[in-house]
Amino acid sequence: MTQNTGQTAISIENVSMAYGSYVVQENLNFEVQKGEVFIIMGDSGSGKSTLLKHMIGLNRPAKGVIKFDGKNLWSANDTVEQSTIRRFGVLYQSGALWSSMTIAENVSLPLKQYTSHSDRDIADIVAFKLSLVGLAGFEEYYPSEISGGMKKRAGLARAMALDPDILFFDEPSAGLDPISSKRLDELILEIRDSLGATVVVVTHELASIFEIGDRAVFVDADEKTQTALGNVADLVKSPPSAKVAEFLSRGSSKTEQGL
Amino acid sequence: MTNSSFTTLSGTYLNIQIPDLDGADAEQAANLYAEANNAIASGGLTQIGFHIAPDVQWGSLSLAAIKKIATEAERHDIALDYSNIPTGAARLLALAKSAVPQDTSPAPKQRFAFVTTVGEKTIEGLSELRAFFTFTGTVGSALGRLLRRKAYFEKSDLKTFVQAAGPDAIVIVGVVNLLLGVILAFMGAVQLQLFGAEIFVANLVALGHTREIAPMMTAIVLAGRTGAAYAAQLGTMQVNEEIDALTTFGISPIEFLVLPRMIALALMTPLLVLYGDAIGMFGGYVIGTTMLDLGTLEYISQTQNAITISDVLLGVFKGTVFGMLVAITGCRYGMESGRSASAVGDAATRAVVSGILAIIVTTAIFAVLTNWIGI
Repeated sequence: MTQNTGQTAISIENVSMAYGSYVVQENLNFEVQKGEVFIIMGDSGSGKSTLLKHMIGLNRPAKGVIKFDGKNLWSANDTVEQSTIRRFGVLYQSGALWSSMTIAENVSLPLKQYTSHSDRDIADIVAFKLSLVGLAGFEEYYPSEISGGMKKRAGLARAMALDPDILFFDEPSAGLDPISSKRLDELILEIRDSLGATVVVVTHELASIFEIGDRAVFVDADEKTQTALGNVADLVKSPPSAKVAEFLSRGSSKTEQGL
Repeated sequence: MTNSSFTTLSGTYLNIQIPDLDGADAEQAANLYAEANNAIASGGLTQIGFHIAPDVQWGSLSLAAIKKIATEAERHDIALDYSNIPTGAARLLALAKSAVPQDTSPAPKQRFAFVTTVGEKTIEGLSELRAFFTFTGTVGSALGRLLRRKAYFEKSDLKTFVQAAGPDAIVIVGVVNLLLGVILAFMGAVQLQLFGAEIFVANLVALGHTREIAPMMTAIVLAGRTGAAYAAQLGTMQVNEEIDALTTFGISPIEFLVLPRMIALALMTPLLVLYGDAIGMFGGYVIGTTMLDLGTLEYISQTQNAITISDVLLGVFKGTVFGMLVAITGCRYGMESGRSASAVGDAATRAVVSGILAIIVTTAIFAVLTNWIGI
């Protein structure tokens, strides 16, 4: 099922993350291949979401570099490369819809900002993106008027507005019931296959990891560094540490039971 | 009610009978702990055994007492024996024991606490001032981009903010200015009557209100109303990751969120000040004509002679500056808010407090400057 092309999309080189003097993670080294679904997993408080924030340029690494197609995310004059950012689509944990705008306005804002389409064309694109995530007809609703799962799907439609080639998901299944979260997983795969996008998912949901993950990195809260990296199937078969084994086994026993 | 009993066996073994502490009066747990402490401090013990009789009710207080005594005993290297307490209680104690002990020793007491506090607060205040100017600079450069038609925000947002900052504030701004005009006239009337100079109430109200009171009070109302709203709106957006979402789309939150809010206040405050001028002078007129028996025409012509257009313009200019200060403090605390409900509350509070402080300080600066220039 992997669309892995063997080309590197993102490389994380010797990255350390810190909040002031408090070190979150050190010496992170991994690469995300074009077209794969890459999972960032780890125990609570290990800095998974912080790592994602570093990858999308919201936080700056204390040490090390993050590269997209070999190009540094942070340019020489201490700013994030806007041309790189523009290739991203990000789905935040809560959806992060702009609450003062309708669903349609949320999806159309990036289009208005970056394309020269007419308002009518933009409305057509918005309607199409919303139908992709099963929200056709909800254009005029405000974020406060729809459910948590719908917010996430609307957030996904917005993340896909500019046809990004790299999609980031922060805990996509958090707060969703098992059925909704499975639907979202299927949607992620569907989008990856049709857009040919690279997907990075932060999650500790084992069902998701096994369902959609091609490769994964495990960040350890105690060791403060990555303790596993590789194909998800290989990590399950021969986990490099007891903690990774424990983390992954709880799910494999569940999947064996058909859950 | 069972009382705790201390039975020393073989000289070095202390057996502590734990009574039904949860059902007992408040003193009993404290007494038990004090007695045990004395026994430990007097030395010579090698082991302490706890005993809860099977018919005795035990609860959180009993376990807390055991844990407290056990911690004290461990410090004196005294062994502990939990074999005579019910299984459930023993398991809970084992669970409590496995928890990682936290370092709870108090921070070392500082010798020059007052000096240290003053120093820290000064450094904090200076860095706060620096952050304020940095933020103002960022907003200024965003304003520059707007003038070069490079900045981006929604026109409909600007309309919403103009409506909220201006027309929606008319009633409260009107009431405050009317009453201040009345108060000013009243205070003046009482004093000026002593010299038979009642007519100068018109001068007092016209000058005082247009130059000082109207801009300052209008801005203070806006700080409480609009500044707090801006801080709360942006703080909540911070909590919901909405500001992060803008940033990852390459949309500058300063341009998209701060600029329309600041422009709305910069446009509306001068208008509200003009309106406040008129209402305040009307308040003075009401007092002048009712309390002091001045004629309508007399009061109006005295007012006309008292102020010049430059007095009005000065007030309007001050109002514009105050409006921008309110917008900048409100937006800054909102943008820098932490990601929790209480942090948003803090942001709103600080926005109002700093906004009002900034208004007063700027009023003082204006007073010195206008006196120096001679306006």
